[in-house]
Amino acid sequence: MKQAFLKVEGLKKIFPGVAGSDGVIVFDDIHFEVQHGEFICIIGHSGCGKSTILNVLAGLDSASGGNVFMDGREISGASLDRGVIFQSHALMPWLTVRQNVAFAVKSRWPEWNKMQVEAQCVKYLELVGLGHALDKKPHQLSGGMKQRVGIARAFSIEPKMLLMDEPFGALDALTRGIIQDELVKICAATQQTVFMITHDVDEAILLADKIILMSNGPHAKIAEIVENPLARPRLRTEMHHNDHFYSVRNHMVDFLVSRSRKISQGELPPNYDPRHPPIIRPLSFATE
Amino acid sequence: MNPSLNLRAGLVSLVLLLALLSVWQLATQPKTSNATAYANPEYAAMMGSATTKAAGLPTPEAVGQTLVHQLANPFYDNGPNDKGIGIQLSWSLGRVLAGFLLAVIVAIPLGFVIGMSPLMFKALNPYIQLLKPISPLAWMPLALYTIKDANASSIFVIFICSIWPMMINTAHGVASVKKDWLNVAKTLEVSPFKTAIMVILPAAAPTILTGMRISMGIAWLVIVAAEMLVGGTGIGYFVWNEWNNLDLSNVIFAIFMIGFVGMLLDAIFGVLTRLVTYQE
Repeated sequence: MKQAFLKVEGLKKIFPGVAGSDGVIVFDDIHFEVQHGEFICIIGHSGCGKSTILNVLAGLDSASGGNVFMDGREISGASLDRGVIFQSHALMPWLTVRQNVAFAVKSRWPEWNKMQVEAQCVKYLELVGLGHALDKKPHQLSGGMKQRVGIARAFSIEPKMLLMDEPFGALDALTRGIIQDELVKICAATQQTVFMITHDVDEAILLADKIILMSNGPHAKIAEIVENPLARPRLRTEMHHNDHFYSVRNHMVDFLVSRSRKISQGELPPNYDPRHPPIIRPLSFATE
Repeated sequence: MNPSLNLRAGLVSLVLLLALLSVWQLATQPKTSNATAYANPEYAAMMGSATTKAAGLPTPEAVGQTLVHQLANPFYDNGPNDKGIGIQLSWSLGRVLAGFLLAVIVAIPLGFVIGMSPLMFKALNPYIQLLKPISPLAWMPLALYTIKDANASSIFVIFICSIWPMMINTAHGVASVKKDWLNVAKTLEVSPFKTAIMVILPAAAPTILTGMRISMGIAWLVIVAAEMLVGGTGIGYFVWNEWNNLDLSNVIFAIFMIGFVGMLLDAIFGVLTRLVTYQE
């Protein structure tokens, strides 16, 4: 069997306890794999440690146990191979839009001359529809435009993998929809491997090929991995007419509403194996 | 609304100025009986013009004349005790700048270290807390003894008083740089040194400059007192010298000039702060 592009083995995180008391095990025994070109979403309630998992993948945080391998090599520390899109866009307010992206491009290719850097910046900023705002400062942009710059910055370094921590959480529904569409387009065009945190079930169905459902923390686990029965290309405007849309949606909402808590209280399926969490492919009964 | 507000504020300022000048004028009006203050006319004649010099506070007019006279020729030099105001201010500014620049060289890197390392913050904090409240002039005897040079000692005093606000503000600014920006640099594999220059410095620049502005204000306060102590040259020495000459016109003029230069220095830092301030 072909080696997975990203492999997470036995990941565990303990938050140190307050003076003397034992630490809190946020999650342990987390195993999953990501194939090249796959779009993975992770859903779970606050406190299940999904942000910590993402930060470990990004190299910004270190796990208390377990290993992560990318392309067969163990991840230790941050790397240009993994681009990160932060929830709060994290643009540097003293730089223009162009300079923010150039900062990333120059870090990725220090040997490039001015024109090469410029061309790369403009290319990705135009890709997210910001060709007209190159010399604006972040505070002159709307929330959606700022997040687009963050997306352009992450894509501009052409990372092997993209990590996104609720990138659209702070945006209004309309803007979010537009940027989601753009993201779908860019990811399809660049064959980007993506790992993304979201709270939004619809967003997960639109974007993800696989959705990792996490039970509540502490001691959070991967309860199951949902394979999206909706094939690419998925369109925001049409996907709710798909036969399977509501079955997968209801499955995940049910999970978030009740099962995520029950599992954290110990109600695991009888033959649950954390190394191979159950893979579910919710289909509409009508077609089964 | 805005221009009319400015206009009205200017008008109030003008009225206040006129009121202040009239009170001053009334309080210092020379009394006609002054001439007969001395019972002995011979003694009065002997005192000559000195009597008019010492006769109470000078009127606004007299100070105005001094101002015009001094500013007409600010750089004359008639020996150690009679130099133009421009020369004296240049000496003071030179000492302030020298001490201030030395303080920048020490305080900003040290502030970076303290701001970036909680260990260094804890280790150095007791020293900072102990040294900060010491009046800079208290260092003067020690400085004079060890450095053995009056000029260098005043520069040292400026250095020691400028260093604290700059260091504390730099440390504070550096420590409160948004984690997100540091994470961006980290994921882009930017070296720690480059991160300090490209991310932390611009992020903390407004706070650092505020610290520098406070330091400059304190330095300008302290230089006057330091120069009164060590003497020789400078605006502080000028004030003290004119006091010894009992020339209060010149003293008042010098006070005005100290305020004016201080205001200019502050305005310069105001502009610099605005240049590095960013809007989020």
